[in-house]
Amino acid sequence: MEHIRTTKVEQVRLLDRFSTSNKSLTGTLYLTATHLLFIDSHQKETWILHHHIAAVEKLALTTSGCPLVIQCKNFRIVHFVVPRERDCHDVYNSLLQLSKQAKYEDLYAFSYNPKQNESERLRGWQLIDLAEEYKRMGLPNSNWQLSDTNRDYKICETYPRELYVPRIASKPIIVGSSKFRSKGRFPVLSYYHQAKEAAICRCSQPLSGFSARCLEDEHLLQAISKANPVNRYMYVMDTRPRLNAMANRAAGKGYENEDNYSNIRFQFVGIENIHVMRSSLQKLLEVNGTKGLSVNDFYSGLESSGWLRHVKAVMDAAIFLARAIVVESASVLVHCSDGWDRTSQVCSLGSLLLDPYYRTVRGFLVLIEKDWISFGHKFSERCGHLDGDPKEVSPVFTQFLECVWHLTEQFPQAFEFNEAFLLQIHEHIHSCQFGNFIGNCQKEREELKLKEKTYSLWPFLLDNQRQYLNPLYSPRAQTGAALEPNTVSFNFKFWRNMYHQFDRTLHPRQSVLNIIMNMNEQSRQLEKDLQDLECQINKQRENKQTDGVLTKELLNSVRPESPTLKTSLCFKEQTLMPVNDALRTIEGSSPADNRYSPADNRYSPADNRYSEYAEELSKPEPAMVSLEYGVARMTC
Amino acid sequence: MEFSELIRTGQAQAELLRGPEVPPLRGTLCVTGHHLLLSPGAQATPDLWLLLLRSVDSIEKRVAGDSGTITLRCKDLRVLQLDIEGVEATMDIARSIEALSSLESVITSFPFFYRPKSLRLGDAWHCHPPESYYKRVARETNAWRLSEANEDFNLCPSYPRAVIVPRAVNDDVLARSARFRQGGRFPVLSYYHAPSGTALLRSSQPLTGPQKRRCAEDEELLRAVLAGARPGARGFIVDTRSVQAAKQARMTGGGTESKAAYLGWKRLHRPLERGRPLQESFVRLVEACGDLEQSMDRWLSRLEGCRWLSHVKETLSTACLAQMQPSNGGACILVHGTEGTDSTLLVTSLAQIILDPLSRTMAGFQELIEREWIQAGHPFQLRCAHSAFSHTRPKHEAPTFLLFLDCVWQLSRQFPLSLEFGEGMLLALFDHAYASPFGTFLCNSEKERCLCEVRTRTHSLWSGLNQPKEQRKLRNPLYVPNPSAIWPSVEPQSLRLWQGLFLRWTRPPEPSEVAWEKVWQIVTDQEKAEGSPPTVSASESQP
Repeated sequence: MEHIRTTKVEQVRLLDRFSTSNKSLTGTLYLTATHLLFIDSHQKETWILHHHIAAVEKLALTTSGCPLVIQCKNFRIVHFVVPRERDCHDVYNSLLQLSKQAKYEDLYAFSYNPKQNESERLRGWQLIDLAEEYKRMGLPNSNWQLSDTNRDYKICETYPRELYVPRIASKPIIVGSSKFRSKGRFPVLSYYHQAKEAAICRCSQPLSGFSARCLEDEHLLQAISKANPVNRYMYVMDTRPRLNAMANRAAGKGYENEDNYSNIRFQFVGIENIHVMRSSLQKLLEVNGTKGLSVNDFYSGLESSGWLRHVKAVMDAAIFLARAIVVESASVLVHCSDGWDRTSQVCSLGSLLLDPYYRTVRGFLVLIEKDWISFGHKFSERCGHLDGDPKEVSPVFTQFLECVWHLTEQFPQAFEFNEAFLLQIHEHIHSCQFGNFIGNCQKEREELKLKEKTYSLWPFLLDNQRQYLNPLYSPRAQTGAALEPNTVSFNFKFWRNMYHQFDRTLHPRQSVLNIIMNMNEQSRQLEKDLQDLECQINKQRENKQTDGVLTKELLNSVRPESPTLKTSLCFKEQTLMPVNDALRTIEGSSPADNRYSPADNRYSPADNRYSEYAEELSKPEPAMVSLEYGVARMTC
Repeated sequence: MEFSELIRTGQAQAELLRGPEVPPLRGTLCVTGHHLLLSPGAQATPDLWLLLLRSVDSIEKRVAGDSGTITLRCKDLRVLQLDIEGVEATMDIARSIEALSSLESVITSFPFFYRPKSLRLGDAWHCHPPESYYKRVARETNAWRLSEANEDFNLCPSYPRAVIVPRAVNDDVLARSARFRQGGRFPVLSYYHAPSGTALLRSSQPLTGPQKRRCAEDEELLRAVLAGARPGARGFIVDTRSVQAAKQARMTGGGTESKAAYLGWKRLHRPLERGRPLQESFVRLVEACGDLEQSMDRWLSRLEGCRWLSHVKETLSTACLAQMQPSNGGACILVHGTEGTDSTLLVTSLAQIILDPLSRTMAGFQELIEREWIQAGHPFQLRCAHSAFSHTRPKHEAPTFLLFLDCVWQLSRQFPLSLEFGEGMLLALFDHAYASPFGTFLCNSEKERCLCEVRTRTHSLWSGLNQPKEQRKLRNPLYVPNPSAIWPSVEPQSLRLWQGLFLRWTRPPEPSEVAWEKVWQIVTDQEKAEGSPPTVSASESQP
């Protein structure tokens, strides 16, 4: 609180990022302990969580005021003009302080209270249980067992306590192997494919240098391949580009030497490191943020950023992994350098391709919990939760979500969840509103007592499941077969709904998803009505013998619902599902915001640069805008 | 039959490959006057495979040993491969296909022989777009009249018999103005925007020439347009060429309206690509789409390099500009380029889809294409003679109509509920514009169609498309009438490559098609459920 120098600034203008006309909204800016709030003259509220702020910039003073540009981690960019420089300076300094916390305890999650009682909160944390998940995979079995070697985080601090390893791997072998692996991250099971009896295992790079060997490590790998009764050889996927892996050898790290390990097939898959990914996305965002971007600049920017190429590389690696298991029934060991970025991407995407369970709402959360949270993807460092080393920040998880989005585009019926679900999860890895993504590994999370002091995101997502459902999902078609995505270049598209989430003018003005969801909802409702009515009639028939008068009134008492449904169908665009109202966004605002009122929202074609002649000629926007991506403020 | 001399061989044994997704087909190959037939043996399930020869864009033959391979690239961008037994047979079949697919004569083309059982000749030819559109206009205003000055196609060979012109000008003025405009295309009404009382007109360039000639009647005509509109309305002339190009046109007798001569009219230049560069852009895009092995960078740089999406963006922006003025109670618009048969029509027809809810219905869209493209004299025969695969140097080919369809597709993506027709309709129009058993897209103008008796001797595409069995493919199941204008976003991030067309044959089709089927199912379920409660209430009186 001590950072807030001014809590309210009036007459602030909010500029549209993609408008060439100098139209703007005027309103009041409020600074709270957790949010920046802008209320414009139409009472529309824009909420920005301090933790979402990636950068604040104060531009040179202009005649109309002092411009303040705020870039958010969820790719929102707001451009305010504050009339007095003094105020702007205060807001700027406050935001600088507020957006960068030094201690975990200052994060929003530790003060956020969604009005749940203690037992509800505890149940929330127990909602997703990885022990259950391993049971679902069919573990333990005759070849794989739970190892207690890391129960006290003694061997590897960044791994979870519970790890599955081959039954024949003894404790000394495990301990020996862990000493030969970077950060002690020895090979453990990530996913077990019951039908093929093959496993996806993960680890970090071996400390092989130019010639070092470790017999225990060799034994452990052999134990993994022996744990697969179908296929004797196993794949070892190094997800790095060959050159990077070779360079690591000079630092005493490196990759497995095929001569030392029996029965392995070694393979590089060439995914670039976190620094390359960070600057790639940076470049992409720079290109997209340009005003008056031409088609050619857009595509050459897309090309030179290399972002889609990287996404394709991750996807190709996951496909390689899935094929090894499906086609050859071979187990696969995946690693990169430390085994928490690219390895998490490839293992989780591979599992997603193999197992339809992970394509359900709940299953996807389990997958994130398992391959990302429990195996120590460093969320706090990668998302820059605290004021730390900017070189550790990287959009690795965002990239994973983008891969999943590409899969949902290619397989519209294979996923139980929709795009909004992915966007919502992305929102919360940065929001620090819930405890799930705080910290860098399980040990750290336990030390922070997150389960006692914060809430879990999962129950909130599951409770609001209905709005994250894909209406085209068909679970029956999903049994067994793995997804086989086609990674031909033109299947990769720019994910506008992620990187331009908040740039409303760029999106389709009508959403098919909403309509279909509404229709599904309505037919369900109508079917229920129908059943109710039939029920009533049957009852009436029984009653009729005794008393025949009531029939009509009773029926009428049920009927009135139908006409309302009927009208709501006629105005599909305006009316969204009631659930959408309940759940508002950080972008915030009253439910009325969903019903785009043509009266107060004058949309100028000039926004799209039809012409410079059009300045004064604006026109009401078509009465339907249904973009409600964003984050739930839940019930705070 | 006169084709017999072109058919060198009756038949041969062959195997047909239709891409990686479809199993090959073996059987007897046979060339007829208009088709390529493949008849698999008696026991095979699909009894006959048929290809209209007219839809072959390029043909490539290769012989090896005692068999040959013919690669057919079709105008709908499909690539087919035929493996034929016998070198002689291969050469003969290739030569026959080559000769028959490039016949220039209209009256020997397939539409003149196509007699499907389910259709009656003359159906759907009864619609007369300018006349029926005039009825709509006349209900709103008295400022326009239907002129039959072009009854004999004397004033303008590429206009229909009837055109809509300001009531205040008589036919003599029209005749004078026609002489002052290239190809006789004097300004006529394209769309009347009733809410603002303003109009969208189109014409060709004025023949000002190097001496900057003027034509009093032409000026009078445009003055009458403003006088008939809302009082105080201004006029804008949208020239679809750059200032430079418009100036250069003066050297060859053309030019553009001078400010001084046309009071109240302001000129804007919005250069749109046309002709050969547009065709080349199309060819390069299709080339890029055919390469499945290329890296991401190569693909993106080719997508950029072909500039197709830039053309889409420019076209949509110009259309928005052209219709923005009338919709804002502002001004009348006259659109023209050089000949007024290509980019002009592109702009005026798109503007109407954006502005006019009626033209977004199935019937309205067909009427729009009939009125603004076919009757308005877009030279389909010249422009669509070849598609993207042809090796011959393009002369008059240009994918203007395809660009229009692509823009409509972009609109349909941004407003998925506002168009009554779906992607299937746009694909069908693309296919039929380039090669069709129907007569609708034949010839270059109404005059030529009259000479060839297209109306009486061929079937109309609209009657073919409006058959009930076609509807599920063509309609948008989610359509809800939307009374407002649909302004698209033209930012590059909002525009997409039309994969359904450019990658129609290269990508595996199932997931999206299955999804579409599911959408239909949800919609029908929902409608069924909607319909059910009344049946229950009807049974109320029963017990």
